[in-house]
Amino acid sequence: MNWITNYVRPKINSLFSRREVPENLWKKCPECGTMLFHRELKESLNVCVNCGHHMHITPRERFKALFDGGIFTEIEVPQPVVDPLKFRDQKRYPDRLKAAQKKTGEREAVLVVEGEIMRTPVVAAGQDFSFMGGSMGMYVGNAIIAAAERAVERRLPLILFAAAGGARMQEGILSLMQMPRTTIAVEMLKEARLPYVVVLTHPTTGGVTASYAMLGDVHIAEPGALICFAGPRVIEQTIREKLPEGFQRSEYLHEHGMVDRVTDRRKLREELVTIIRMLMRQPPAVRGDLPEPAAAEDTASAGKATQDKSATKKGAAAGNPAGRNG
Amino acid sequence: MKHYLDFEKPLAEIEGKAEELRALARENADMDISAEVEALDRKAEQLLSELYRSLDPWRKAQVARHPERPHTLEYIEALFTEFTPLAGDRGFGEDKAIVGGLARFNDRPVVVMGHEKGADTHSRIERNFGMARPEGYRKAVRLMDLADRFGLPVITFIDTPGAYPGRGAEERGQAEAIARSTEKCLRIRVPLISVVIGEGGSGGAVALATGNRVAMLEHAIYSVISPEGCASILWKDAEKMRDAAEALRLTAQDLHALGVIDRIIPEPVGGAHRSREEVIPAVGKAIEEMLAPLEKLAPEEILAQRRRKYLEMGRKGLAA
Repeated sequence: MNWITNYVRPKINSLFSRREVPENLWKKCPECGTMLFHRELKESLNVCVNCGHHMHITPRERFKALFDGGIFTEIEVPQPVVDPLKFRDQKRYPDRLKAAQKKTGEREAVLVVEGEIMRTPVVAAGQDFSFMGGSMGMYVGNAIIAAAERAVERRLPLILFAAAGGARMQEGILSLMQMPRTTIAVEMLKEARLPYVVVLTHPTTGGVTASYAMLGDVHIAEPGALICFAGPRVIEQTIREKLPEGFQRSEYLHEHGMVDRVTDRRKLREELVTIIRMLMRQPPAVRGDLPEPAAAEDTASAGKATQDKSATKKGAAAGNPAGRNG
Repeated sequence: MKHYLDFEKPLAEIEGKAEELRALARENADMDISAEVEALDRKAEQLLSELYRSLDPWRKAQVARHPERPHTLEYIEALFTEFTPLAGDRGFGEDKAIVGGLARFNDRPVVVMGHEKGADTHSRIERNFGMARPEGYRKAVRLMDLADRFGLPVITFIDTPGAYPGRGAEERGQAEAIARSTEKCLRIRVPLISVVIGEGGSGGAVALATGNRVAMLEHAIYSVISPEGCASILWKDAEKMRDAAEALRLTAQDLHALGVIDRIIPEPVGGAHRSREEVIPAVGKAIEEMLAPLEKLAPEEILAQRRRKYLEMGRKGLAA
């Protein structure tokens, strides 16, 4: 959904036929079939108000709701070499990248930001499953490292919202090398004794699960999320037997000791702050007199501003690709 | 019976004929066919070196998976003394897909481990074709801890299609076990040397291969996904594995150009399985040359070097 389908088209439609309800104002819950009004859905963070099914949410939407007043600043991620292997399957990799950028309006599959949640300053990184399946390539690796470095520098906790189909095949071995690289990022946090909380969202699989997503101090999963190393289809092909109901879903992982908690997205904000403030030995969060996070309309433009700024910086960074560790 | 790969079929014919002639000569002592046999042998040798001079990536994948290729235990037995296998993760079980233990390498005590694919049907099943479960990686973590505490260098041999995708493995936390093993590789303050001797299959390989120095045999492969898996996802056709193998850049030569590995160890003509006497000592020599300079470094510097190596990785692209 973009502003044209969301705003302009309904407006134009309403000029011609006032009675017709534009269909894009409503979304059907894929789980229970309830029709959900878009404003209601936004308010419930894309969670079905009827059955509690958690639908996809982009990191930007999530952060707008998570941070006080919807305000956060983006942290710049060093741009790696684009298409290092000159990878081509049925499409060229740069074309796939461009298509994903056009579709999502984002530069890559992860967003790294800094801000306050209930007046608790944190660094957060969110993976975007709608961007090439949230796959982990060099940019995502750089982003996780940049997030950890910023957290260490400012002595802040890091919250990671994981979502990924795995490694980005189009970057071949270099995507695989993001497993050790992101693990080093986690090590930096551990050595600095800073909390690293992982929120596992639907789906988190493959090399991402087998590196930074499973190395948190606390693991929280959103309900019903698929979290695994090898996906159910691969396993069914290997062992040729049907897998049990709910296999590799959050609740199943909770039962098998892989995650600490399964928490509704609508309650995550409170829970994250509670945990982080204890780990940081801070007094309990002040509740009640905080600005409502809903007043986020001007943040959209604030977010854009930081993005533009990073775009200009990108040129400078590209000239000095080795600068990031310097 | 020798095992021939698909592309070696013409070679199989020539070598088969030479063998037949030899058998014939053995039966009839008065026949003199040594000239013919010699000609055939020469022809076979020529064909072999032609075939192996320019193996395409898919052929390399086949060579890397060759059933007669020397596996981890063979290297350990030939290059190490006093090998004392250690078993178990102390939590759930013993995974025979990863072997490891204490041993001496050129007299110095070390911890050596690696994926073991097995050499015949029985041992292949017992070793689960080198596909480890969480217990295997947790054992690896335990052995690396041991090495770290007693200041012993760690040497790993990488040879796995990947971590085992099974129900039990998932239930016991395959992803977490791999992540912890990679983390341990990055945390130890003793030298860690890895050699990819056959297949370096994705996360299951990384978990043991995050070393200070990583070497690959000339025809080994190391990849984020198997060519078949990549083909079925991106081409929607598993038969396109040749294209996928090409695109993935999974050969030792490509990885060296990308700066992911440090060294390529040459193989005998026709691949490692054609001359164990050549390839095993070559691997031993390479390990010694990689290990010796690291032993002079302070423990903290060994750790820092490894981290720098990975943080800097991927700065250079592959030309063309």
